Amino acid sequence: MTEAAIHCRDLRKYYPDVKAVDGLDLYIARGECFGLLGPNGAGKTTTIEILEGLTPADSGEVEVLGLRWTKRARELRERIGISLQETQFTDKLTVFETLTLFRSFYREGRDPDDLMRALSLDEKRNSRVGKLSGGQKQRLAVACALVGQPDILFLDEPTTGLDPQSRLQLWEVITRFRAGGGTVLLTTHYMDEAERLCDRIAIIDHGKTIALGTPAELIAKLDAPNIIEFTSEPPVEAEMFANLCDGYHGCAKRGNGWQLRVDSLAEAVPKLIAVVEKSGSKLVTLTTHAATLEDLFVALTGRELRDA
Amino acid sequence: MHSPPLIELTKSRVREFIREPEAVFWVFAFPLLLTLALGFAFRSKPPDRIPIAVAAGPHAKEWTAALAKSPALMVRMLTPEQARDQLRTGKISLLIEGDTQPVYRFDPTRPDSRTARVEADDALQRAAGRRDVIAAKEVRVSEQGSRYIDFLVPGLLGMNLMGTGMWGVGFPIVNARMKKLLKRLIATPMRKSDYLLAQFFSRLTFLVGEVMFLIVFAWLVFNVSVHGSLITFAILCLIGGFAFSGIGLLVASRAATIEAVSGMMNLVMVPMWICSGVFFSYERFPDAAKPFIRALPLTALNDSLRAVMNDGAGWVQIAAPVGVLVVWGAVCFALALRVFKWQ
Repeated sequence: MTEAAIHCRDLRKYYPDVKAVDGLDLYIARGECFGLLGPNGAGKTTTIEILEGLTPADSGEVEVLGLRWTKRARELRERIGISLQETQFTDKLTVFETLTLFRSFYREGRDPDDLMRALSLDEKRNSRVGKLSGGQKQRLAVACALVGQPDILFLDEPTTGLDPQSRLQLWEVITRFRAGGGTVLLTTHYMDEAERLCDRIAIIDHGKTIALGTPAELIAKLDAPNIIEFTSEPPVEAEMFANLCDGYHGCAKRGNGWQLRVDSLAEAVPKLIAVVEKSGSKLVTLTTHAATLEDLFVALTGRELRDA
Repeated sequence: MHSPPLIELTKSRVREFIREPEAVFWVFAFPLLLTLALGFAFRSKPPDRIPIAVAAGPHAKEWTAALAKSPALMVRMLTPEQARDQLRTGKISLLIEGDTQPVYRFDPTRPDSRTARVEADDALQRAAGRRDVIAAKEVRVSEQGSRYIDFLVPGLLGMNLMGTGMWGVGFPIVNARMKKLLKRLIATPMRKSDYLLAQFFSRLTFLVGEVMFLIVFAWLVFNVSVHGSLITFAILCLIGGFAFSGIGLLVASRAATIEAVSGMMNLVMVPMWICSGVFFSYERFPDAAKPFIRALPLTALNDSLRAVMNDGAGWVQIAAPVGVLVVWGAVCFALALRVFKWQ
């Protein structure tokens, strides 16, 4: 096993109304990009904030870079960079001033001007933070996380609410940080982000890991490689496709239609059309795709990631 | 090369402040406007002339002309009926009647009337040719330091140091807490004490400008000056700023919203506006209340500012109120550090 960047065992954090983290074990190797994937309220933020030393756990052990928060907090702070979910920096300061301020907190770190170039913020060097777009603000947040030249980068929902171009820019920043040997722990509820960036992913629900592995391994955990989604008018009942064909593995309700997991599209699609027509119902939409992490989450929980 | 975090944090706070025009107005312009308005409302005026009347008669015109020369009197000629009536209702303080010699009709229990009697007699006697036997000189006393504006300016300065000290520290802290900026800051290796100290230092930077502005203004417009040592005065202002920054820090140490902190600030400040002798002396409060009033930080600051500005007092004379200020500041700062909520 390679040396651990982050290691936690049996982490628990209960709030009066919810078990935010409920017995979580994680092992994240140095140089790895690890994703915590899950719906809102799954416990991702509480988990990452415990690992960042911002929230104390009720029980369990955390080691970051082999060090404990209780004993070596200051040293750890020097070595990690954090982007919180909703930090708003001071509107009246400029990008350069904000970065210079954060730079001053670290013994060693990067030159603010270099960093602004690396994150395409150099044109906004002297703009006030209050005037930045959402994507620029988020890049500034990541720049503040990188300014201390950290070994580990913690990103809590780094691209939520961003336009596609800003997301791509941030992905590239993360990829470059990894190329320099850095470890990344990020939370997201976008599967494409997790699939694209992460070496390994833990899918979290109700404070527990419900699946762990590389994106390919996780998708392989689905019993079927293909997904059919359809809606019909009037809607049909699940029993109708119970004996659809050999490679049929099950279904889940999606909106007012169904999602079916099948081995072979060529075999299943014609049979599905026939069954629906025979029932006197009419197909309204029908789409197919190769299985993704989203489908795994639906299969595991019966709910969708985004609005679960 | 990079500068120490304490300096960067202080610079950030100063920049944030000077880029907020409203804040600049409340700290610098508002106290000036208040001083100006109150200074003019309560400016020293020459004493009012006392209204008197001469009842119509053979000498009435001659007497009226003589009395009109007195700067203390405002004289009118009335019919005897009108004149009696006005004396009875207090509209005039003295009535002069008589066909051949003046007859003074007045109520001797009224100080105004007695003054008018003396002034009127003097004016008539001089007009009739009396000369002073002894040549006396007058020195009029309206010294700097004894006017209302001299009382008011230190009070306003104290009130301003309190308001801006508490708001200047409390508001940005609660704002940063609401924006989760405090949480982000403690996720760095920044020392918490650096952050809190930076609030003090930036506050003291504004304080220098704020005090100078008000003092120079009061000097130019109202000729109010600092009789004591300017260095003592400057250090006293810093101690006042320190005390109220400490109180502001404590008030803001746990508040989660601007509304909550505003309510608490007012709860702390309003009683002091009323009790601590900003606009009028707290000597009017009952004796039993005075020890408590003197223990309030604004009372301590106002008393020591007045002592230094108006009476030229030094540290020995103001040791007690300065001690009160230092204790307030130190205790509040220490408490704030313990209970401060970063997230």
